[in-house]
Amino acid sequence: MGITSKPVVFAVLSAAVILIGTTATVFIPLFMPSTQPISASIKPYTAVEQEGRDIYMREGCNNCHTQTVRPLRTEVLRYGEYSKPEEFAYDRPFLWGSRRTGPDLNRVGGKYPDSWHYTHLMSPQGMFEKSNMPPYAWLAKNKLDTGYSYKKCSVLGYGYSKSDVEQQIGQYKATVTDGAYPSKGSRDKVTPPELRKELTEMDALIAYIQKLGRDVKNMEAKK
Amino acid sequence: MSDAGYNYRVVRGFAFSALFWLVIGLVVGLWIAFEMFNPALNLTPWLSFGRLRVVHTNGMGLGFALAAIFATSYYMLQRLTRKALPFPRLAQAHLYLFNTVIALGALSLFAGMNTTKEYAELEWPIDIGVVIFWVMFAINVFGTLIKRKEQQMYISLWYIISMTVAIAILYIVNNLEIPVNLFKSYSIYAGANDANVEWWYGHNVVGFIFTIPILAMFYYFLPKATGLPIYSHRLSIVSFWALNFAYLWTGAHHLMLTPLPEWIQTVAMGFSIFLIAPSWGSVVNGYYTLQGNWDQMRSNYLVKFFIAGITFYGLQTLQGPLQGLRTLNAFFHYTDWVVGHVHMGTMGWVTMVVAASFYYMIPHITNTEIYSIKLANIQFWLTLFGQVIWTTAMWIAGIQQGAMWKATNPDGSLMYNFLDTVASLYPYYQLRFAAGLVFFIGILIFVWNLVMTVRKQPRPVEA
Repeated sequence: MGITSKPVVFAVLSAAVILIGTTATVFIPLFMPSTQPISASIKPYTAVEQEGRDIYMREGCNNCHTQTVRPLRTEVLRYGEYSKPEEFAYDRPFLWGSRRTGPDLNRVGGKYPDSWHYTHLMSPQGMFEKSNMPPYAWLAKNKLDTGYSYKKCSVLGYGYSKSDVEQQIGQYKATVTDGAYPSKGSRDKVTPPELRKELTEMDALIAYIQKLGRDVKNMEAKK
Repeated sequence: MSDAGYNYRVVRGFAFSALFWLVIGLVVGLWIAFEMFNPALNLTPWLSFGRLRVVHTNGMGLGFALAAIFATSYYMLQRLTRKALPFPRLAQAHLYLFNTVIALGALSLFAGMNTTKEYAELEWPIDIGVVIFWVMFAINVFGTLIKRKEQQMYISLWYIISMTVAIAILYIVNNLEIPVNLFKSYSIYAGANDANVEWWYGHNVVGFIFTIPILAMFYYFLPKATGLPIYSHRLSIVSFWALNFAYLWTGAHHLMLTPLPEWIQTVAMGFSIFLIAPSWGSVVNGYYTLQGNWDQMRSNYLVKFFIAGITFYGLQTLQGPLQGLRTLNAFFHYTDWVVGHVHMGTMGWVTMVVAASFYYMIPHITNTEIYSIKLANIQFWLTLFGQVIWTTAMWIAGIQQGAMWKATNPDGSLMYNFLDTVASLYPYYQLRFAAGLVFFIGILIFVWNLVMTVRKQPRPVEA
């Protein structure tokens, strides 16, 4: 046969064959409205939530937690309303995951108070003896680095000005360091005294967790 | 024909790099397997499961598998074209850069620089290193092919060509990202599109690293080791093109019942079923090659590696499309069943064929005999036994957890909370760890056997 003696032609033909399915199922859908629907109810992450999301990624939480509820009866019963494409419009990258060693988190926002998360992240085994989740107490010992927060938000196209970002960070810091913060007790328990007046990585991670699935409730309510 | 002039130095360098990353990757694998039932092992941030899991997958996929592929590809290229590598110094630089990039990649993942896109977790500076070492490889591949002395390109060379082309497209498209700084970037795609691009990549990078080049080894080293020609050339042509065509449509079977448009999922499901045909084309070709010579299973120690390997490939390519079906996927996805599936492919098919290829190739390039056939046989049984127990434990665990997630009481409420379903898996995780240990001992014997082989005095060169 001819082409087995023509390596360059063979390579070009291989590329063409490979690109047919790629074009049909990946390249063309990139530009279709059905893969990128938007909803006015779905808001971008705040600078603090985005920092929390980056910590979620850094620690590889996606290796054990999915973020997509499937339209199956028991799944909706366990986690809540199934996932909609609009919810992920600002997710770069997506964090749907592939293995549920731990439960799905797409509807976890607002399910528990912040205090629950401080206590749980500090020691999952302290809360659930048989849990195999790694403890993350050390996140509360790291001051949150906000040096790149503005740059991150602008790369992601969230449309925040520098002062928006500073204000979001300042506001969240004021919330969690306030003496009247409802989760103060559990936050102080895991946060070292010198960081109690600062934002820690754990604060940001919890801000992110609490955002998950919250906007979609407004979207559903409007339907 | 004399071996004079062939560059075996780089072949040997990559082969032993593969063994090195194999051992490292397995140690990490054992560590995280232990963490699954004993979280106390999450001693430090960089030893926590979330970071280590990606060190394991990247260490095995990018470290071990790629090094084994580069080693055998450089060997097969030169033998099948009867032409030495045109750029030997480039190949040597490829070897050094490869190991540097993999080492930096592992360190960066330990440090938490993780883009989270599966099997593409490395941050952008490391990605650039990966692309550069692939280009260095491709230059020698096409340089050798263009200057070849053998007119016809044998099947294995087709697979090497399509791997090189496909990996270039897959890796670059999926890793397009906008840097924030040297250590952090964001994907240019968002949401459902990012998921679609990622699983097109994730599925096909497995196809073009754990399938295509391993088939190249299988088609070359099986006939070499047995002295038997491949059963059907026509079947291999049909299988090759059908596999290359159909593979790229199937990524979305990783995204069943997610917010990705349903038609993409359904198309993926259809092509997944179609993929059984070309996959089994190679399985049938492998089995029929031994037609009338099955006694070699006893007399030739390498044959059982190849036959076990192609058998697991056959099972893998049946199991994969079936679990891609929407109904079955609804049950199996996100459970340990899939973990079992992946490891049948890697511990069964890939490891078996790479082991046999190395056992054939290393003595050939060092002009000696294998150190110990007996040890190779012990390795075969340990790795086979370890893998079968490992994967079976995960399949049962997957079925159990899938069933517990779905179980409801007569009043329609859920029967188990999530933690019940996790805690019920610990016995399987302990069994998996034990089986992994058996597999690991087999691998240590494999490495030892090859180290001792190259340390032997070479045969005197014939005049």
